[in-house]
Amino acid sequence: MSPELINLIIQATFESLYMVGIAALLGTAFGLPLGVFLATSRKGELFAAPVVNRLLGIVVNATRSTPFIILVVAIIPFTRLVAGTSIGSTAAIVPLTIASTPFIARLVEAAIREVDGGLIETASSFGASPMQIVLKVLIPEALPGLLLALTLAVVSLLGYSAMVGAVGGGGLGDLGIRYGYQRFMPEMMLAVVVVLIALVQLVQSAGDYLARRVNRRLRHR
Amino acid sequence: MNAHQSLAIGQRIETLDAISPAATEPDAMVRFEGISKTYPAYRGKPGVNALQDIDFTIPRGSITGVIGRSGAGKSSLVRLINGLEKPTTGRVIVDNRDISALAGRELRLAQRSIGMIFQHFNLLSSRTAADNIALPLEIAGWAKSDIKARVAELLALVGIADKHDRYPSELSGGQKQRVGIARALATRPSVLLSDEATSALDPQTTRAILDLLANINRELGVTIVLITHEMSVVRQLAREVVVLDAGHVVESGQVADIFTHPKHPITQSFLAEVIGDSLPVSLASRIMPAPAAGGQAVIRVQVRGAGAGDTLVARLARELGLDVALLAARIDEIGGQHVGSLTLGIPLGMSSSEDAVTRTLAWLSQYQFPAERLGYVA
Repeated sequence: MSPELINLIIQATFESLYMVGIAALLGTAFGLPLGVFLATSRKGELFAAPVVNRLLGIVVNATRSTPFIILVVAIIPFTRLVAGTSIGSTAAIVPLTIASTPFIARLVEAAIREVDGGLIETASSFGASPMQIVLKVLIPEALPGLLLALTLAVVSLLGYSAMVGAVGGGGLGDLGIRYGYQRFMPEMMLAVVVVLIALVQLVQSAGDYLARRVNRRLRHR
Repeated sequence: MNAHQSLAIGQRIETLDAISPAATEPDAMVRFEGISKTYPAYRGKPGVNALQDIDFTIPRGSITGVIGRSGAGKSSLVRLINGLEKPTTGRVIVDNRDISALAGRELRLAQRSIGMIFQHFNLLSSRTAADNIALPLEIAGWAKSDIKARVAELLALVGIADKHDRYPSELSGGQKQRVGIARALATRPSVLLSDEATSALDPQTTRAILDLLANINRELGVTIVLITHEMSVVRQLAREVVVLDAGHVVESGQVADIFTHPKHPITQSFLAEVIGDSLPVSLASRIMPAPAAGGQAVIRVQVRGAGAGDTLVARLARELGLDVALLAARIDEIGGQHVGSLTLGIPLGMSSSEDAVTRTLAWLSQYQFPAERLGYVA
């Protein structure tokens, strides 16, 4: 493979990492509080607001059931408003963030719900405020689950980022379609797939490692 | 919100008034006044009357046991004391403060003076023993250096200073409960609530934890409220007891009084757990309904009170001139009082005469020992 092509692959890899990295950060910034709220706002819970909980649940489900490629196209005006353009990696971050936020929120909700309810009662018994319970009990106790959730979100985002390539988002997916498919260069397609597989492996292993390190429920030494 | 706040402030003033010496009842740490607790019907499940007509006092500095079967309302009762639950009617006064009327920040401040320990310990798996104990102090906004000193003190108090950096997964059940106790005592509470704190522990560890609680009560003067379904816990630790059944207080008072003269069937069944009312299998299988020549009548005598059973057999033998046999016996001590039963064999002689039996029963009733004839053995 020529040095030019290898350069293209390297550049596309960085574009993908940029899109996924920023979208994962933003998705977590929005998805974590949303997930915590979903996990604590049913009737009788810490921030009980059953109606809001149900409405947010509907919005989250609606976003999650929209196919990503359709979401990308449907929100182009919004993307243009936020990013100033609808083409390129920076613009792609907008739909990636919007797709990953409800996904992360649901994963966070599941991880938080795994925390033993007795711990909430215990913290309440010594006068912890709902916010203190979230910050000092729920999130630290759910941390292994949260890290695995984030890993899963990043892996999914890598897949989504390849899809935004189809609509001019740049990155590895773009490269694969333009060179591998449209110019019929199977070796390019193969290279793109190999890089994606390597990235997913790397992210998953790193996530597993971190989750294991913070998990104190198991005896380990 | 405003109306709510002004309400809380109003109550605060009332509270301050209540602390004036004239209004203070110095011996009451917790007072239940006309409490009932109803859980409303929810999603097709009918409502539950968890507690009804609850009126009693827990003396300051006491160790009070609240005993009842599952579903008797013990958990609801104890959660009224630290405001985790609100009564449907009535008031709960803790340390001269109406805790059932507090909410929000006021309630959270009051909760710092009420510690609680749990059956399943409820430690944070992500924190070491020391950091678990530090949690209530962090929540109360203590300075880091003060927390450090206090945690070291508490670890020593509960006897696990060497477990400072251990995570709960590395601790035994007894050690976990010691961490739980240290955590509950961190903010120097005046009341310690124990919700079945030893139910998940083996008998030996239970004993050690109960000893620790007794020490804490003696040395720190903390009032301890023990919720339990185990008679042995009440017997070993409590001085006062409240017997709860189906949401009602059926008996309450000194442990010694309640269990030497149990009135309610539930109380009697708890007592039976300790003293046992069943005969040894080999004896039970030999008991016959009719007397046999040269055999014995089997009489069971209930023993209640200080030193009550000590000389009973000797006196019976001497005063009635009978060779009384001791077939089975079980005497235990509850609150310094003897409680138990003796199963005696009264010789019938070759003529199978009932005379000795009649005289024995008369003698026993004269000294007010409840007795019953179980049958005869050869």
